[in-house]
Amino acid sequence: MFKKGFISIILSVLFLSLVLSSCGTSNTSGGDQIGADYQIGMVTDIGGVHDNSFNQSAWEGLQKLNEDTGAEVKFLESHKDADYVPNLNEFVKNDWNLTWGIGYMMGDAIKEVADQNPEARLAIIDAVVEAPNVVSVTFKEHEGSFLVGVVAGMMTKTDKIGFVGGMDIPVIKRFEKGFVAGVEAVNPDAEVIINYTGAFNAPDQGKAAAATIYNDGADIIFHAAGSTGDGVFNEGKERKKNGEEVWVIGVDKDQSITFGDDITLTSMMKRVDTAVYQVSRSLIEGQFNGGEIRSLGLADNGVGLPEENPNIPEDVLEKVEEYKQKIIDGEIEVPSE
Amino acid sequence: MNKVIRIFIKDSTLIPVISIVLGLLIGALIMLLGAYNPIRAYASLIEKAFGDLYSIGETIRQITPLIFTGLSVAFAFRIGLFNIGAEGQFIIGSVTAAFVGIQFDLPWYIHVPFAVVAGGIAGGLWGSLAGLLKVYRGVHEVIATIMLNWIALYLSNYIVKFFLIEPGQQRSRILSDSSWLSSSWLSQLFDGARIHYGILLGLICTFLFYVILWKTRQGYELRAVGYNPDASEYAGIHVKKNIVRSMMVSGVFAGLGGASEVLGVFHYQTIHSVFPGHGFEGIAVALLGGNTAVGTILGAVLFGVLTFGATGMKFGAGVPIEIINIVIALVIFFVAASGLVKAIIDKVKKKIISGGSSLPTSQDWKKGV
Repeated sequence: MFKKGFISIILSVLFLSLVLSSCGTSNTSGGDQIGADYQIGMVTDIGGVHDNSFNQSAWEGLQKLNEDTGAEVKFLESHKDADYVPNLNEFVKNDWNLTWGIGYMMGDAIKEVADQNPEARLAIIDAVVEAPNVVSVTFKEHEGSFLVGVVAGMMTKTDKIGFVGGMDIPVIKRFEKGFVAGVEAVNPDAEVIINYTGAFNAPDQGKAAAATIYNDGADIIFHAAGSTGDGVFNEGKERKKNGEEVWVIGVDKDQSITFGDDITLTSMMKRVDTAVYQVSRSLIEGQFNGGEIRSLGLADNGVGLPEENPNIPEDVLEKVEEYKQKIIDGEIEVPSE
Repeated sequence: MNKVIRIFIKDSTLIPVISIVLGLLIGALIMLLGAYNPIRAYASLIEKAFGDLYSIGETIRQITPLIFTGLSVAFAFRIGLFNIGAEGQFIIGSVTAAFVGIQFDLPWYIHVPFAVVAGGIAGGLWGSLAGLLKVYRGVHEVIATIMLNWIALYLSNYIVKFFLIEPGQQRSRILSDSSWLSSSWLSQLFDGARIHYGILLGLICTFLFYVILWKTRQGYELRAVGYNPDASEYAGIHVKKNIVRSMMVSGVFAGLGGASEVLGVFHYQTIHSVFPGHGFEGIAVALLGGNTAVGTILGAVLFGVLTFGATGMKFGAGVPIEIINIVIALVIFFVAASGLVKAIIDKVKKKIISGGSSLPTSQDWKKGV
């Protein structure tokens, strides 16, 4: 009996697989096809490509590039630190036109690969790599974080606000400093509780950190912690369900799309997608300034709030606009460290 | 517990081989389900792992730590201990080697051995902690080593943060190059791959593993304890001492692995937010290798090739890396469920002996079981 059942299972699996494999994947792309001969790859850090955060954002940028120009795009995920170099090399040794390293943690690896392959072209997000064949893209996270700090400072009812960071590295410090400055600008009485979890890929730790901060009386938490932040959202959602008046401010992408408007107050968007798109596109159009260091802030639309903020009252948004203009005009210098 | 261990020390080469084939076949089936081409996938896996000198060098780099942790786990199994703590011992070994590499400035012929030996000893001491807890306080080594893994992880992070940190980075300073196990000569030979002399160290350890267990009186005692602790005690073997000793040797292997990784590949110690995972992979390597010296190397090679080649599978055939994890899991499953594989082997054997075709006829299926 057992055998018979087993065989029929195998047969049905085989049959199914034949049916399914005939579906295949189609790869159509519109646009002007100017990039059809180009291959552009990216390597994620250990957060993975579905991190709801900057890896995902970068991949969306490349996907858009594929739609618009027909360029072939591909990503490789890193599971360990040791994977960075071979993953980058996979693209470089196969003569891809441009290889992206996503994230501060990949700085050393990009440098190593760039030095060993002077003819290869690379680019990195969130770190500055000094090499003639690397474009470095960083963001003025402190400027955007200042604005969400303004929102939090004006909307808190308990005068306590939380910040959950991933690792204690310069990039995340910029989020923290800008955020705290923004809160202080509009609400000097408010206290910001700061917690670094030490990981970008540990939602459980994010949840624990958020629970501690909410328990201390905070009602709004801003996270800059990759997928660790998913835990912050989960904790917030649970409390919301129990009738507590709490909010989370998302990071990198408009996280209300993932987590819903009921919990997401707003997001500090970091347009990694735009940056990846622009640098890659200008390469296709014949321009690649190796060694260039780009720093994108409010003035370049590299950081900022999403277009739609249904949870923020009009007067707060006006205030945000006002501060945004002041920062762009240089009237306010936002601290970054 | 003893039952589990007995499964692990079953000597057979046929079962692992068939398990690998079954794992790959079912993996292929899953790929078909996902509309991927399994032949292309496996071809690109092989291509990635052995395609050129660079790949071969990187594959060896991937295999190296697995040999150490595999030996570590296998050694403890031989004494009837389940060392889940290779992970922690590995981390302690690497952070100690990093500490020696950064804080001392010595000529290379002293610095390299010093860093390697320090890493090994630290790993050994860490391992023997679990042995001591078992012997004197009756704490099961599985529990103790799991706990010690976490302590090792955070202890290492603490040491890096407070003594070795490179400002503004999530890692230690770079080790002074007199302590490196890698050489540009070797690296050049493999087209810039990060292969390093740790592989030689690993092979030496494998040889030592064999000699200690099978060619010394001490090894005989250790194995006797593994087969039957009570009988060994009765025969006058000091069981407690042997347990601590074996955990120590087990830890030394893992610690050396950690040292070789940090001295050979990274040249710095990162602040880990999660376990690097070599120690856990070592459990599977030991299992695949049947806790023998040669088997461990073969197991490490298989694991290294599969995990490193997985990137190629993704690159060449678009197959998600997770599929290779399924294949690995299946291989382990079939090795662990050796009874199942054995039943299949016996059936096939019977068919061949009885003279008929080795393929079952429809009559056979109808008969059922």
